[in-house]
Amino acid sequence: MMQKRRGLLHAAGALLAAALLKPVAALAAWNKAAFSSKSSADAMKSLGTPSADASGGIVIEAPQIAENGAVVPIEITSSIPGTTSLAVLVERNPYPLVAKFDFMEGALPFVKINAKMGETSDVRVIATAGGKHYQATKEIKVTIGGCGG
Amino acid sequence: MAGPMKMRATLGSGYTDVRVLMTHPMATEQQTKGQPHFIQNLTVKLNGKTVIEGEISQAVSRNPVFSFRLKGGAKGDKIEVSWLDNKGDTNRTETAVA
Repeated sequence: MMQKRRGLLHAAGALLAAALLKPVAALAAWNKAAFSSKSSADAMKSLGTPSADASGGIVIEAPQIAENGAVVPIEITSSIPGTTSLAVLVERNPYPLVAKFDFMEGALPFVKINAKMGETSDVRVIATAGGKHYQATKEIKVTIGGCGG
Repeated sequence: MAGPMKMRATLGSGYTDVRVLMTHPMATEQQTKGQPHFIQNLTVKLNGKTVIEGEISQAVSRNPVFSFRLKGGAKGDKIEVSWLDNKGDTNRTETAVA
């Protein structure tokens, strides 16, 4: 009898652990600290890139004036050799970090996204190459904000 | 919940151009009074091997469109893109390079 109860307990424990672990494992790769930072300096710290050198190797293609802040096309390319990661921050959004991409063997450090911008702001791109961090910024003027809707 | 995805992969000069559209509300905190609903993770695979991993926030526009570039490439290469949102919804699509 005791044996059976013990077995049941173990089974229940294992089930509970599986249920608890599953969503955590599924969402593990999302850097919550960085995405919930309210300043780009904090977000950069959480990304592990507290400081970055300005670089002309990062090209940000975006309209100077975005009429609709709900959809601002931003295209980023890095020509810095060995770029493994690109992060996009909109300085004056409530949560500046918009996206971060890791590029593995087989991919070029290029990405085009549509971002929401609450107001006119600098867009900052951080590139990581060979353990060093580089950045570039570009101001985009927004006539109608796109965060509230 | 997970709406359709569309993807197109074409050969450029020396690279493969991948364009993918995801159907998703990408609702912000402000729009939903604290119940945001947005894609958090996306993965791009080339012939079964992960080549790009992205983490995105609620500040990506509704029904997001992304462009990526992959080195080289050949006709028939298999490209797969999948996403996962903050409510555990997920979707994936697959295409061959044209």
